[in-house]
Amino acid sequence: MSEPIVHLAGVSKRYGAVPALQSADLRIERGELLAVVGPSGSGKSTLLNIMGTLDRPSSGTLRVDGYDVAELGDRELSALRARTIGFVFQQFHLAAGVPALDIVADGLLYGGRPRADRRREAERALCRVGLGHRLRHRPHQLSGGEQQRVAVARAVLGDPPLLMADEPTGNLDSASGAAVLDLLRELHRGGTTVVVITHDRDLAAALPREVRLKDGKIAEEVRR
Amino acid sequence: MSSPPLRPARMWPADVARVAGYGLRSRPLRVVLSALGIAIGIAAMVGVVGLSASSAQQIERRLSAFGTNLLTVSPGPAVGDAPVHLPDTAIGMIDAIPGVESVSAVGRTEARVYRNDHIPSRQTGGIVVYAARTDLPAVIRSRMAAGAWLTAATENFPAVVLGSAAASELAVVEAGAGSLVWLGGRWFTVVGILAANDLIADFDYGAFVGWPAARAELAFDGHPTTIYTRAAESAVRTVQPLLGATANPEDPGAVDVSRPSDALAAKQETEKTLRALLLGLGAVALLVGGVGVANTMVISVLERRSEIGLRRSLGATRGQIRLQFLAEALLLSLLGGAGGVVLGIGITAIFAATQDWPAVVPAWAMAGGVGATLVIGGLAGFYPAVRAARMAPTEALLAP
Repeated sequence: MSEPIVHLAGVSKRYGAVPALQSADLRIERGELLAVVGPSGSGKSTLLNIMGTLDRPSSGTLRVDGYDVAELGDRELSALRARTIGFVFQQFHLAAGVPALDIVADGLLYGGRPRADRRREAERALCRVGLGHRLRHRPHQLSGGEQQRVAVARAVLGDPPLLMADEPTGNLDSASGAAVLDLLRELHRGGTTVVVITHDRDLAAALPREVRLKDGKIAEEVRR
Repeated sequence: MSSPPLRPARMWPADVARVAGYGLRSRPLRVVLSALGIAIGIAAMVGVVGLSASSAQQIERRLSAFGTNLLTVSPGPAVGDAPVHLPDTAIGMIDAIPGVESVSAVGRTEARVYRNDHIPSRQTGGIVVYAARTDLPAVIRSRMAAGAWLTAATENFPAVVLGSAAASELAVVEAGAGSLVWLGGRWFTVVGILAANDLIADFDYGAFVGWPAARAELAFDGHPTTIYTRAAESAVRTVQPLLGATANPEDPGAVDVSRPSDALAAKQETEKTLRALLLGLGAVALLVGGVGVANTMVISVLERRSEIGLRRSLGATRGQIRLQFLAEALLLSLLGGAGGVVLGIGITAIFAATQDWPAVVPAWAMAGGVGATLVIGGLAGFYPAVRAARMAPTEALLAP
């Protein structure tokens, strides 16, 4: 059996004296689609930051794609993010005034590929999320759902094996949200490990695996 | 299972420049304003250097037009009631010195010149009437603006050549039989007008009549008051000390010898001092511009926290974030610097045109201007860039 894409063993995170996450054990296999669900303050954002290597655990062991994060310096962690992890955020984070194609192409900016390559990949990715007709549009010319799909296209550029989506439907109406969720399912079918962080129980219940957080602890797990 | 070592990819230089450009393009007004600060400083410095180089070039031109080998000999200050003039023999004696190429002379007269016979005698307009030899223009290299210089024929008649300023003072616009001035109590015909002479500015306010005519009509005593001599370029240094004793062997100390081109050269030195002062002012302006760039970059870093967080999540290293903001500061001040150099060249060109100077901006000033902006940009961008790089990705992503 291959190594899990993410493996937490007894991971805790404290901010000062405040514990945000307490001895979490979690194993995410390659190709999984799962939800991390919990009310606000339950520690799900902390868990996302730690699994995404944006923040380091205070204690415990975290392995991502086989690397022990504690052994990696900032430069190596950056390279790991560039290669292995794609992020989708609730607020989209699209640069104002920049055409969709260039926004998406920036997903590979730190991967060392030449610009022409990146733009070609970006065009493919935009077609894949159904925005092949919106290549030259700027964020303010796109609907919220379309903007989030641009962000997804950027996150999956270069096919990282792990996709972290933080409340990806939080700012969207239900129809656009459903479209984005369908997109994530499709990426999952293509082999990408997709982790959706959400407070939306219905959304979480629609995914094959659910990790429920409460007060900084993993309270229960549901597999369907 | 062992995984291959992780190494961040190097960013392509073109990508660094493009990312910096995007950063600037999203805030055009602020970029223009802070680039303007730099531009003003650089324009001031380039302009100062350009103007002083243009002025130096102009002096250079005059020096080569009029030559640095002209020497003048005149009587020293009067002692008591002794008449102030040179011995009549002086011209011939000086001509005999080895190395002297040509000699001419003028004699100052007491005569006055007026536009016509109705002008009150006090209104002389400061014009001095000289008796002049026919070979004077050849020695001082004066050119005619109109008409001709005195000739062997006209030097015997009531004919006069006016300096450029004297001509406009007397409202004489053309030379010829119809142009008359009231000189020494009778009408003189203006046969020529001199072009302005930078080396001997006194002559612009001069009126020149022939030596014989001056003696006949103006009670001129015939003694030269200033002798002009051209020495061979290589002989100037040896001729100059001999002139006093040659002109007046009985009393060499009563003779002033000077080299008019020295005054122009001295002017050039004065301008160098002034230039250093103005350059200092330009440097202060540049420094203020640099503070403006630093301020813009600090605000930019604060405003763009979420962009920094996003880039970190896309895999940017701290170094790459630092590089991005440093490149942005450099690009910003480079824009200002390039604009400032163009502005400085424009100022020089316009000012030089109004002064009739050649416009010269030395290449080192342009290169120095751009180089200075890069240094300023680097200094101004360093702290904001370090701050941006230090920001934790999670903290940056929390920003709205």
